[in-house]
This record gives sequence, C-alpha cells and structure tokens, in this order.
Amino acid sequence: MTFKTTAALGVAFGLVAGAAQAQTEIEWWHGMGGQLGESLNEIASDFNASQDQYRITPVFKGTYEETLTATIAAFRAGEQPHVVQVFDAGAATVIGAEGATIPVEELLADNGVNFDINEYIPGVRYFYADADGTMIGMPFNSSTPILYYNEEALDAAGVTPPATWEEFAEVTGPALLEAGYVPLAQSHLPWIFTENFFSRHNLQFASNDNGYSGLDTEILVNHPAIRAHFEALVEWQEQGLFGWYGTGWADNQSRFEDGEVAMWLGSSASFGGLLERAEFPFSATMLPYWEAVTTEPTQTFIGGAALFAMSGHDAAENEATAAFFAFLSSPEVQYDWHRKTGYVPITQAAYDVAAEDGHYERFPAAEVGIQQLSLEGGEFTRGYRMGFYVQIRDVMNREYGRILTGDTSVEDGFATIEAEANELLDRFAQTQG
Amino acid sequence: MKRTTFRNPWLPILLLSPQLAIIAVFFYWPAGYALQTSFYLQDPFGFGSTFVGAENYTRLTSSANYQDALTFTIVFTLLVTFFSLAIALLLAVKADKVLRGARTYRTLLMWVYAIAPPVAGLMGVMLFDQSRGNLTQLFQALGWDYTLGVNYWDTAVAMIVVSVWKQIPVNFIFFLSGLQAIPRSVHEAAMIDNRSGMSRFWDVTFPLLAPTGFFLLIINITYALFDTFGIIDTLVKGEPGNNPMTLVYRVFVDGFRGGDLGGSSAQSVVLMVLVLILTIVQFRFLERRIHYT
Repeated sequence: MTFKTTAALGVAFGLVAGAAQAQTEIEWWHGMGGQLGESLNEIASDFNASQDQYRITPVFKGTYEETLTATIAAFRAGEQPHVVQVFDAGAATVIGAEGATIPVEELLADNGVNFDINEYIPGVRYFYADADGTMIGMPFNSSTPILYYNEEALDAAGVTPPATWEEFAEVTGPALLEAGYVPLAQSHLPWIFTENFFSRHNLQFASNDNGYSGLDTEILVNHPAIRAHFEALVEWQEQGLFGWYGTGWADNQSRFEDGEVAMWLGSSASFGGLLERAEFPFSATMLPYWEAVTTEPTQTFIGGAALFAMSGHDAAENEATAAFFAFLSSPEVQYDWHRKTGYVPITQAAYDVAAEDGHYERFPAAEVGIQQLSLEGGEFTRGYRMGFYVQIRDVMNREYGRILTGDTSVEDGFATIEAEANELLDRFAQTQG
Repeated sequence: MKRTTFRNPWLPILLLSPQLAIIAVFFYWPAGYALQTSFYLQDPFGFGSTFVGAENYTRLTSSANYQDALTFTIVFTLLVTFFSLAIALLLAVKADKVLRGARTYRTLLMWVYAIAPPVAGLMGVMLFDQSRGNLTQLFQALGWDYTLGVNYWDTAVAMIVVSVWKQIPVNFIFFLSGLQAIPRSVHEAAMIDNRSGMSRFWDVTFPLLAPTGFFLLIINITYALFDTFGIIDTLVKGEPGNNPMTLVYRVFVDGFRGGDLGGSSAQSVVLMVLVLILTIVQFRFLERRIHYT
C-alpha cells in the first residue's frame, strides 16, 4: 500500500467516522419476535438508509408484558429508551403516568411535523388518546378481531359465512357440524368476546366514558347481553357447535389450520401466518353480532400496540423520534407493513395506496379488518381506558375458562369478574394518588 | 468441639464482611424494600403512591383466588417432593446394585440434571401438546380425555410430572453417594441378622441415609416452591387463564405482568414468612431425630 492510498483511506475513514458521530442515535424497544420482528427491523433499517441525520436501533425485549416491565424498570433508573411499544391492555398504565411520555401530537408539532388526527382511519384515532382527544401514543401495529372461515368447509356444508350470531346458531353452525367440522373456535375471550362485544354492539363497557374521563371508573362488564352471549357459548359447546381449547392463542388457531375447526375468530393480523400455514382456501368476514341486541352494529376496537415517545431525552433526540414517527406513518411504509404482516394501515392515505395497488383484489380477506374499523362509530366505540387492565384480563380469562369447563355458572363468573375488576380499578386509582 | 477464639474482636467481623455485604445487598436490601412497598399502592412508573396500611395483606385473606393458589401450592409441593424423592431413591438403590456398566448407567440417570427449567418446560409442552403430544396421545388411547390448558387438573398433572422428572437426577446423585458412603461391614453384619432385603433396607440403610434425605427434603421443598417457576410459565405459555398457579408464579403475574407492585410485594413477604416458618420447623423438629455419623 502506498502512502497516498493510506492517507486517502485515513481521510475517508475520518469522514465516515465524523458523519457517524453527527448522527443522533435513538433506541426503540419492542415486543415483536419472529417474522413480525424481522419486518420491524426492516422498517428501522429503511429509516436509517433513508437519511443520514438519525439512526434508530430496535431492541427486542420479549413479550408485550415484558417490554412494558423492562421500560418501567428502565424509567425508574433513568435509562429509558426513546421509543417504546406498548400494547392495548397496557395503555392505561403508560398514559396514566403523565410525564413518562411525550404526547405524540405535541412531539410532532414541536418538531415541525404536520399532524392531523383526521388523516388516521376512524377506528384508530382515539384509542391511544386522552380524554380531550389528544393522541398520546402513535398507533403502530393495529389489528381487530375478524372471523376467518375455511371455504372448503363452508362449501361442503352449503352455507355462507354468518353475519349474525342468530344465523350461526340456526343455520351455519348446525350445517358445519353435520359436515363433520367443529363449526367455531376463537383465540382470545377478553379481547374478542368481551371488549369487542361491547364495541360491536355499541354498549357501554365502563363508566366515565369507558374510563377515559376519570379514575373512579367502574366496569360495566356484567351486562345482560354479554351474559346471554356466554350462555349461548356454553350451549353451543354442549351441542358441539363451539370448541374451546384453552386460554393459549395458538392452541385454538392450530385447530383451524389443521382443518378441524371450520371458522375461527382471530386477529386481522393473523392473516400472514394463515396464508403461510393453512393448506385450504380461506377468507374472512366481519365479527358477527347479535341481532337481538342491535340492528346497527358498530366498529370494533383496535388491538395490537402503539409507540410511545419517552420523556427525559434532549431536544435533538426528540427530533429524531419525531422524524421516525413521520417516516413510520408515511403511506408507503404503512402499506408495506400492512402487506407483510396483516396489521391494518393506520392512515386513510395508506389504505388508498393499498387499494390502488390491487392488494385487496388479490387478498379480499386482508381488507376485512380495516373495513370493520371504518364502520360507523358509536358513543362507546372509540376505546376503553382502565388501569391494571392486564390483571382484569387475567381475571376474565380465569372465569371464562371456569365457565367453559363447567366449574362455575355464567352468572357467578360474571359477578366475580365484576367484583374483582372493580377492586383492581379502585386499587389502580389509589396508585395514581 | 474446639471453640475458636479471637483476641481482636474486629477480626472476625472483618473476615465476615465480604459475605455480609453480599447478603445485605442481594437479600436484606431487596427484602426490606419489598416490605416497605407492600404497605403502599404505587404507580409503576413511580409518579404517585398511596399508603394503604395492611390492605395489601388483608385482601389476600379474602381472595378466593389466592386461597386457591395457596392450596394448590401445598398439594403441588407435597406431590413433587414426595415423588421426586421416592423415585430417585428407588433408582439409586437399584443403581447401587448394578455391577457391570455402572458408570454409563449412572451417567444416563444424571443426564436430565443439565436441563434448564424453561427447556424442561418446553419439552413438557411438546410431550403434553393438545394435538401432537406423545403423552396426550397415550392418555387418549387409554381413554382419558386429556387436554393441557383446558382442564385445571390436566394442566396440574403436566406441571407435577415435568417438575418431578426434572428433579429426580439431583436427588439420585445425592442418594447414590449417600448409599456408597455406608460401610460394607454394616451391610454384612445386617445380612447375618436378617435375610429379608426389604426389612434390611428400612432398618439399616434408610436410617443411615437420613442425613442425606433430610438435606434433600429441604432442597426439594425449596425447589417445588420456587424453582419450578420456569416450568410453570412455559406450560401455561405465559397466560395463566383458569390453570393452576403456585404462589411464586402469582407474585410474578401480579407484579411483573400486572404492574401491581404493592400487591405483589405483600405476597412475596407472605412467602418469605412461610419459608422462614418452614425452615424453623424443619430444623427444630426433623433434624433432632436424625443422627449424623
């Protein structure tokens, strides 16, 4: 090597190092493993490649619960990341801790990024917002429960996917049973048959506007309509119309993938996985409703998670976070994420890009989730906000499991859920004191 | 026994200080903090907190779910301790008599010891899987409609079986070395007195194994109470639902999943007291009846 090339290399290296130093580094903690984690890493590396001012590093922290716990521990030690992914049930914890995060609206406005909440599709607008409708967390991976069905099974039984539970009980279910299938299964009783039962029928789920406008919230889960729904489930289970395979998500989904179960209620984001594993043609339709409860079913809540910008970082780092959020909500990035994972696009613009590209002609099932989230809203469909909600869900799972294994009655189960959930809400209110 | 005396009273303290410092940092400090936290309800992020007195404790006594976890923990601990000790003892006695290829045989029996609890749990998940698990298929062939994660006791069976299986090798190693430490002359003398192998075992071998057994009893109770955590978490796939829970797992679920620091701290304090009582009982009453040689 000559002196010249060495010197040139040295200068070049110095320049690269200099450029690298000028970059603002931010960290992003998330709870997405496997295929989803890879898609997420792609977003991060695309962002890093798209400009040279900022650099984001995604860090996988385990499950959603573990990610939240790690964030809390880090925050208390003053070592919090810049961006953290928090799931639907943990939203109340992080939004309740005012000062832990910078509201996304404020962050974007402070850094000169245009923000208009009406660009977001109706179902995702207010789920991670405060009582005044200010968006606190940036919806990232949003999904909603929908009904998947095995087309072969429905053809064999000579039925169409049910729009209402009455139709399921009288027509679809018995015909599928006759054809040798377990007609129905689901993967998440609190999410699909509780929270979204309330939003689909526009029923009030909790006092204080579903918990948004106060801490002294009481859960209104012990409603005659949902009790009737669970009575029906127990009856269907006895008749063989409904199969319950435990609280685990995958145990129920795999029965559908194996072709044993004809219709399965899962997440709109289950689409990618089903496409990969199911060996039969399948499609999806919206979450059925009870005609006896409402004739005008409304939109459902979103599930999944949002990204929160943690406080306690300097202005340059916040600017980087804002730039990343702007990148993330751009239609192209959203469409790409939607296409790869099955999570719904969060903005109307991204939805339009997907439609123009012919994505829904190729995969009609991919559009069901977003259609359901874009339905007419009601007074109680924007979301719910309850503290210690992870534990409340655990209580629901426990009691529902006991109902479906005959350990308790629907009436007693719901009374227990109501009592324990209200005790937890009361305790949560005291943690905020 | 000779009593060692130090002329300078500070020397023993100095020599003990590294150990005391470690205990203080890793045990007394967190334990003290847990005790303090158990009287508060605290925002997980540390913004707000309310002093609630003993409420975090009193609610446990009225919680049906906590009572259920307590009962299950007792049943679980008794069964796991009994079966892992009994099976290991049986294997050790049999292995002690093997003359040919003894080394290979013993190594194979110790094999499982190297497996980490979550991995053991994962193997359990595979064996007990709802549709593909070998054991599930076996049970179903025998006419038992077994489904992990649906029926409370079906899940409990899987927890107990996997926990016992994981613990047998540890007990086996100790029992085997305990058996080999018994002098041949004792065996020979017993042989003259009694021809029945069974009663020779209960009259001579078993009492001589008692110190090992006592040690293992404590180790196994601690194991069943605390170290089975990984197995339980993997078997219920992080979603407790209507599955059984041990007290330790419940501390984790409430504190780490649920973010209820006060409630979870109170439970861990209760657990600390329980273990303290248990240890005192064991050393007070059981150890007196055991003679160390």
